[in-house]
Amino acid sequence: MDDTVSLKGRAAHSASRLAPGPKGKKPRPMFSPRNIMIYGALIFAAAYYLLPLYVMVVTSLKGMPEIRLGNIFSPPLEITFEPWVKAWSSACTGLNCDGLSRGFWNSVRITIPSTVVSIAIASINGYALANWRFKGADLFFTILIVGAFIPYQVMIYPIVIVLREIGLYGSLTGLIIVHTIFGMPILTLLFRNYFSSLPEELFKAARIDGAGFWTIYFKIMLPMSLPIFVVAMILQITGIWNDFLFGVVFTRPEYYPMTVQLNNIVNSVQGVKEYNVNMAATILTGAVPLIVYFVSGRLFVRGIAAGAVKG
Amino acid sequence: MTGQAYAGRPNQLLRNLHSKIASIPMILTAVVIFLGGTLWTVFYSFTNSKLLPRLSFVGLDQYERLWAAPRWLMSIQNLAIYGFFSLIFSLVIGFVLAALMDQKIRFENTFRTIFLYPFALSFIVTGLVWQWVLNPEFGVQSVVRSLGWTSFTFDPLYNQSIVIYGILIAALWQGTGLVMCLMLAGLRGIDEDIWKASRVDGIPMWKTYLFIIIPMMRAVFITTLVIIASGIVRVYDLVVAQTSGGPGIASEVPAKYVYDYMFQAQNLGQGFAASTMMLITVAIIIVPWAYLEFGGRKRG
Repeated sequence: MDDTVSLKGRAAHSASRLAPGPKGKKPRPMFSPRNIMIYGALIFAAAYYLLPLYVMVVTSLKGMPEIRLGNIFSPPLEITFEPWVKAWSSACTGLNCDGLSRGFWNSVRITIPSTVVSIAIASINGYALANWRFKGADLFFTILIVGAFIPYQVMIYPIVIVLREIGLYGSLTGLIIVHTIFGMPILTLLFRNYFSSLPEELFKAARIDGAGFWTIYFKIMLPMSLPIFVVAMILQITGIWNDFLFGVVFTRPEYYPMTVQLNNIVNSVQGVKEYNVNMAATILTGAVPLIVYFVSGRLFVRGIAAGAVKG
Repeated sequence: MTGQAYAGRPNQLLRNLHSKIASIPMILTAVVIFLGGTLWTVFYSFTNSKLLPRLSFVGLDQYERLWAAPRWLMSIQNLAIYGFFSLIFSLVIGFVLAALMDQKIRFENTFRTIFLYPFALSFIVTGLVWQWVLNPEFGVQSVVRSLGWTSFTFDPLYNQSIVIYGILIAALWQGTGLVMCLMLAGLRGIDEDIWKASRVDGIPMWKTYLFIIIPMMRAVFITTLVIIASGIVRVYDLVVAQTSGGPGIASEVPAKYVYDYMFQAQNLGQGFAASTMMLITVAIIIVPWAYLEFGGRKRG
C-alpha cells in the first residue's frame, strides 16, 4: 500500500500517514483551551508539591528575627548559612550538643552495610529460587511475601528478644540484621523475577560445563545483573536512610540514625524553637535520598514499580 | 526443576545442597521471624505480660482493656478517617494527575520528577516540613491573615477535631506521586486502539476514562489499593514527627499505641493485643485481595 503512495511523492505520503488519527504529529495550537487547562492543572499541582521544599530552603536561609517578622513564603532578605552550620555541628538533642553530624555518620554506618548485606543475601535467595528450586522453596517464599504485609509492630518484640539473646540488641550489627530481614521479601522478589527472566539456556550450558551453584552465580548471574543491583541499591539506600522505627527500637541513643536524631532536635521541648535551624536540619536529613532520587531518575521509578507490584 | 529428576541419590536432604544452604537466611526469616514472631505475639497477647513477657494467661482481658481505652478508640477512629480519605484522595489525585500526564504533554519528565520527589523523603522529614508550613503563628494561617483576611483560621495541628486532616495533607503530599506513577504505568499499558475506537464512536474523553479505561485498569487499581491500604495501617513516623499524637490524644494511631505500650509504658500485653488488632486489620485487607488475585487459578 505504501508503495503506491510513495509514487505520488513525499508530501502525499506523509499526508496519508497522518490520516489515521492522532498518532502522528498533528500540529496543535499551543494555547488551545484544552492545553491551558491541562498545563494549568499540572502547574498548580506542581506548585503544591514544590511549595514545602521551597519553604524549607527559604526558612533555613533566614535569621530568626526575620522569621518572626515575615511570612514563611517570602524569600530571605539577608541570606545566612549560620542555621546550616548550627544544625550540622551544634544543635542539641538532650545533653548532646554536637549537632546532626553524629546522626549523619551513624546513618552512613547503618545504611552502607545494611544495603550490602541485604542485597547480597536477597540476590542469592532470588537466584536459588529462580534456578535451583528445591522442595518447599516456594512455600518459604510465599511466607516471605505474605510476611511483607504484616505490620512491623507485630514482629518487633520477638526480634528484640532474639537479638537480646544473642547479645546484639542495641548494636549496629543488630540493626543491620533487622534491615536485612525486612528488606528481604521485596528484594528476593525483585531478584527472583529478574533471574527467572534470563534465558535458561545460559544456565543449562554452564551446568553442562560443570559449573556449580556459586560459580554460576559469581561468573554468570552477577555480571549480567548490574541494572537490577542498581535498582535494589536505590530501593535500599532510600528505604534504610528514611527508616525511623527500627532505628528507635533497635539501637542505643549513641547509634541513633539521622531521622531519629532529627526528630529529637526538632521536637525537643526545651529551649527556644529555632525554626531556621530545624529546617536546615530537615533538608540535611532529606538530602541523601533526594540526591539518590535525582541522580537515579528512571531507575528510581523502576525500583518503586518493582517494589509496588508484589506477588 | 533444574533437570535433577533423575538424580539417583538416596538422601533427599543432600540434593541441591548448596541451594539449601544459600537459602538458610530466607528460610530463617520466613519461618522464625515472620511466621514464628507473628504467632509469638498473638500468643502472648493473651497473657498479662508487663515489663517482660511471661506466661500467665488472662484470656481476652487485654483485648477488653484495649477496647475500653479511650486512647485506643481514638486511634482506631483516626485510622478510619485517615484511611478513608487517604484512599479516596490518593486514588483520585493519583489518577487525575496520571491522566493529565498521559495527554502527550511536554516536560513530562519534569512534572514526574516534581510529583514523585516527596516519595523519596522520609515520613519524619515530611512531618516536620508540614508541621512548619501549617504552623499557625508563621505558616499558611498567618500569611493569609497578613493579606487582610484577619479572621482566617487554619490551624489543623493545634485543633483537636481536625488534626488528623493536617496529617492527611502531609501524607498525600508524600504518597500521591507513587500512585500517579502506578496509574500512569497502567494507562500506558492500555491499547492505543481503544482510544481510536472511542474517538471514532464520538465518546467524550471523560466518559471513555470513566466507563472504559478505569474498568480496564481494575488490576492496577486493586494493586494500588492494597499498597496504599497496608501503608495506612502502618502510619507511625509521620504522626510522631508532625504532632507526637497531640494535641492531647487527638492524633494517636494504632502503630503508635503499640510502640508506646511496648517500649515506654512497659505494658507488653497491651502492646501485643494492639499489634494483633493491627494484624487482623491487615488480614481483612489482604485476604480478600489474595483470594481474588490468586484464588481463581491454581498456583504451580
